Amino acid sequence: MGVEGIGARVTRKEDKRFLTGKGRYTDDMTAPGMRYAYFVRSPHAHAKIRSIDVSAAKAMSGVIDVLDGRQLLADGIGNLICGWMIHSKDGSPMKMGAWRPLAADTVRYVGDAIAIVVADTLGEARDAAEAVVIDYDVLPAVTEAVDALKAGAPQIHPESSDNLIFDWQIGEPDATDQAIAAAAHVTEIEIHNNRLSPNPMEPRATLGIYDGAEDHYTCYTTSQNPHVARLVMSAFYNVAPENKLRVIAPDVGGGFGSKIYIYPEEIVCLWASKKTGVPVKWTSDRTEAFLTDAHGRDHVSKVKMAFDADHRITALKVDTIANLGAYMSLFSSAVPTYLYATLLSGQYAIPAIHANVRTVYTNTVPVDAYRGAGRPEATYLLERTMETAARELGISPAELRRKNFIRTFPYQTPVIMNYDAGDYEASLNAAMQAADWAGFEARKATSEANGKKRGIGMSCYIEACGIAPSAAVGSLGAGVGLWESAEVRVNAVGTIEVLTGSHSHGQGHETTFAQLVAGRLGVPIDSINIVHGDTDKVQMGMGTYGSRSGAVGMSAVVKALDKVEAKAKKIAAHLMEADEQDIVIENGELKVAGTDKALPWFQVALASYTAHNLPAGMEPGLKETAFYDPANFTFPAGCYIAEVEIDPDTGETDIIQFVAADDFGNIINPMIVEGQVHGGIAQGIGQALLESVHYDANGQLLTASFMDYAMPRADDLPSFNLSHQNTPCPSNPLGIKGCGEAGAIGSPPALMNAITDAIGNNGLTMPATPMKVWQALHAAH
Amino acid sequence: MYATSYHRASSVEDAVKTKATHDEGKYLSGGMTLIATMKQRLAAPSDLIDLRHIPALRGIKVEGRKVTIGAATPHADVAASRELKAVCPALCQLAGHIGDPHVRHMGTIGGSIANNDPAADYPAGLLGLGATIVTDRRSLVADEFFIGLFETALEEGEMVTAVTFDAPEKAGYAKFNNPASRFAMTGVFVAKTAGGVRVAVTGAGSDGVFRQAGMEQALAGNWSADAIANVAVDASKLMSDLHANAEYRANLVKVMAKRAVVSAC
Ligand SMILES: Cc1cc2nc3c(=O)[nH]c(=O)nc-3n(C[C@H](O)[C@H](O)[C@H](O)COP(=O)(O)OP(=O)(O)OC[C@H]3O[C@@H](n4cnc5c(N)ncnc54)[C@H](O)[C@@H]3O)c2cc1C
Repeated sequence: MGVEGIGARVTRKEDKRFLTGKGRYTDDMTAPGMRYAYFVRSPHAHAKIRSIDVSAAKAMSGVIDVLDGRQLLADGIGNLICGWMIHSKDGSPMKMGAWRPLAADTVRYVGDAIAIVVADTLGEARDAAEAVVIDYDVLPAVTEAVDALKAGAPQIHPESSDNLIFDWQIGEPDATDQAIAAAAHVTEIEIHNNRLSPNPMEPRATLGIYDGAEDHYTCYTTSQNPHVARLVMSAFYNVAPENKLRVIAPDVGGGFGSKIYIYPEEIVCLWASKKTGVPVKWTSDRTEAFLTDAHGRDHVSKVKMAFDADHRITALKVDTIANLGAYMSLFSSAVPTYLYATLLSGQYAIPAIHANVRTVYTNTVPVDAYRGAGRPEATYLLERTMETAARELGISPAELRRKNFIRTFPYQTPVIMNYDAGDYEASLNAAMQAADWAGFEARKATSEANGKKRGIGMSCYIEACGIAPSAAVGSLGAGVGLWESAEVRVNAVGTIEVLTGSHSHGQGHETTFAQLVAGRLGVPIDSINIVHGDTDKVQMGMGTYGSRSGAVGMSAVVKALDKVEAKAKKIAAHLMEADEQDIVIENGELKVAGTDKALPWFQVALASYTAHNLPAGMEPGLKETAFYDPANFTFPAGCYIAEVEIDPDTGETDIIQFVAADDFGNIINPMIVEGQVHGGIAQGIGQALLESVHYDANGQLLTASFMDYAMPRADDLPSFNLSHQNTPCPSNPLGIKGCGEAGAIGSPPALMNAITDAIGNNGLTMPATPMKVWQALHAAH
Repeated sequence: MYATSYHRASSVEDAVKTKATHDEGKYLSGGMTLIATMKQRLAAPSDLIDLRHIPALRGIKVEGRKVTIGAATPHADVAASRELKAVCPALCQLAGHIGDPHVRHMGTIGGSIANNDPAADYPAGLLGLGATIVTDRRSLVADEFFIGLFETALEEGEMVTAVTFDAPEKAGYAKFNNPASRFAMTGVFVAKTAGGVRVAVTGAGSDGVFRQAGMEQALAGNWSADAIANVAVDASKLMSDLHANAEYRANLVKVMAKRAVVSAC
């Protein structure tokens, strides 16, 4: 513990460089002879490429070369892949359409990359890109998943005749149908989960450097998982063997999932660097980011929830259509399946569940994991359904939830997950108290007197973090294991480097990981450095997504620290002529318990490296590596309450209060946790009220800039009222559950429940823009 | 951005002369629209003639009730002007809600009205006030100046140098923000001027800023929000887009007009 250990509000070590503009991002990187890339992209959502003529572009001033998909194919560069195999319920494998890094014969969404121009300046590259002449045979396009499944819809990939990628199910169809048939009440609802653009502050960028003398590649990139990027680029895209490819993800300005995946640009810039003999840098502009960063969500679901006469849920049936866009992105298949349907039990004991999920190609940007990934979809579906059911049954939403909460742990759901710990009622009670739920009717009356409509809504979410036990995900189709690695490297003077396979792009690992070490050893936090994001420095690791860095990444650090401490104790015992069992580590010293004998930490470190006097047979040095494979998922949960006031004249929603009561297990740094929750709720409010990607009927992106894509701003948000009801997670050594996504998962249904409560019309879809709320109000009257 | 040549004009004459010798040139004021358009390669002026360093174009003058605002005066100056606030606070309030602080410190009134974005705020203000737009060669009343979407009566090479108006007895502006861009999804400026009541609507019309005659008549007889409650707003002449259809905009025109009347001072 202590002022810098676990539980302390340590200010973020990395903030000095970020706040003073000294962060080092991919676009800040340069290399001798570096040139600039601009990508020629498809202006059509769906077209055959008849011909590509680069001759005029090649002749333009400053142009080094213009390369297209034909050369890429000839050089044996492989297709982009989806790394998680899903089988349809008939046993057939998912239908993965070919995704060429540079399209050579067909383009399938506006923004699909076709050619790369490398030139002395970005301006010249862009000028030349405009001179590339491409003759298209424009084909009909389809953007909505529901439409893409209809007979006669344009076929997007030869691999799938009906645009269906897979038709998958989980749970018990017969038991579910029987329970629904026998139910006292069935709530039916159609749920839409809107398509979102991730919009991290830093757009994607990459710098590819080929060193001909060594036949070696270096790739700077905006990645959440540089080792996975290296693995995929060498194993599947044949860019280079791993030992000839170094991937560096330096400071990264936010990801929210969108920087997990391997995109065409990294591969193409590396390849182009070899072709041209110069380092090649590409930095996305904001419009390109809207056009090409993987989007999130985009589900349409039909839901039936069955209740007995006592209001207990007896079954849940879900039929979901998920839009995966034009190509299968790296983890796209896992999001609407194992990250979604496995959470459909929510916080409730539901004896029978059946979910059917159809994933579909459309002429839109690929869809993949975005903050929460699957779990917001499950939570939104369940919590909107619960709210609707409570209204239909005429009982309070809190009572309906209380009646159905899971109360004994471990709890095996019908959809794979085994919840290890939780206390859902504690969060519900805390949230209702913080929101003064009981006083709502009086506040509503005041609003009514002022001509306003007030509503209140709750959402009780559960999610699964700390992905994931490698054997479990392997058996479900994952192409990788989801363990994490750490190396704790004690220097000769006692300072410490922790090399982690996790990657920080806003999470504050340089602080929280150091807190763990500082607390364990009692050394100053400034003597600890966290090293991450470089495959040449750090051992293989799996990166950061799915709120896994605390639960999995820090658990690996714990294991490595255990080994370091054990060795340090042996050395100390030897030096102080004491029994190893009696050595304790406290306040930066190794002490013999019950005596005043002690050695400072640095002396033990030094002794390990001088190696003048070590126990017999001991290797010199103090440096240990550990790999941690989680035993289970972790299950953060909580209750969120939103209270809104609506102006019936304009349909504007004012968020009067927002209460979040979360169970994150043990907390490393409350300040960072609060920051994560604030950011998550901001994104959730964005999804509920503001954000939505729109394509027109031809597949042109209408929301390609912030002029039309509404991002939440500070004055769109209320002050958040946060509290924690933590039950330590029994499945990892630190008892951590994870907090990175909860805010984005729990908040949309709370808001939508509040708004529909206020306006008395349940048929509202996200985002609840002023116009939609106004229309719903008028439709209700 | 395509390559361009930059000229810093020292006077109105200098600017107009430079413009005359560069057919494909453009005046640059705050650059808040022009530079962004150039970066997107949607505009490619061969030359930029910067007006911001011409002292005569910048500043706010209030003589009695006559107000003159130089074309290169940034929105932030208009928002903060005490002299203007004393005679026409509604225009200060309007300027103070354009964009964000960065935009308000760069963007200018001349650039805004020359651009005549159908969702811009100033066109409603100037049409509502019955202002006169002064150029390097003539004076135009607002009703003649604003013609359509991004279209004004300015001739090739003509430069706005100032706007003038007589301070109204009362005026108010109410704006409903587009949730994404925060331009006006509908903005209504109402004014009781010596020449009568004027109601100007921006952000809503499919031909840009327009006057709402029905409301003007109703308010002339009875200056109150109730007076316009029953005025019909014709949705057929209003814009429909991603954020608001014509029917919703028609509603906003009425709601914003009422709010503008209530807030007028
Ligand atoms: C993020 C953002 C938010 C914004 N929000 C709003 C808003 O809420 N409401 C709103 O009204 N506006 C808004 N704007 C627009 C802004 O207020 C500027 O007024 C507008 O961009 C034009 O003014 P400018 O001085 O920047 O002109 P410039 O961009 O320099 O020029 C615009 C056009 O006018 C021409 N021009 C400039 N000065 C003259 C002149 N004196 N005579 C003749 N032609 C001239 C130029 O050649 C050019 O064609 C926003 C802009 C941004 C970037």
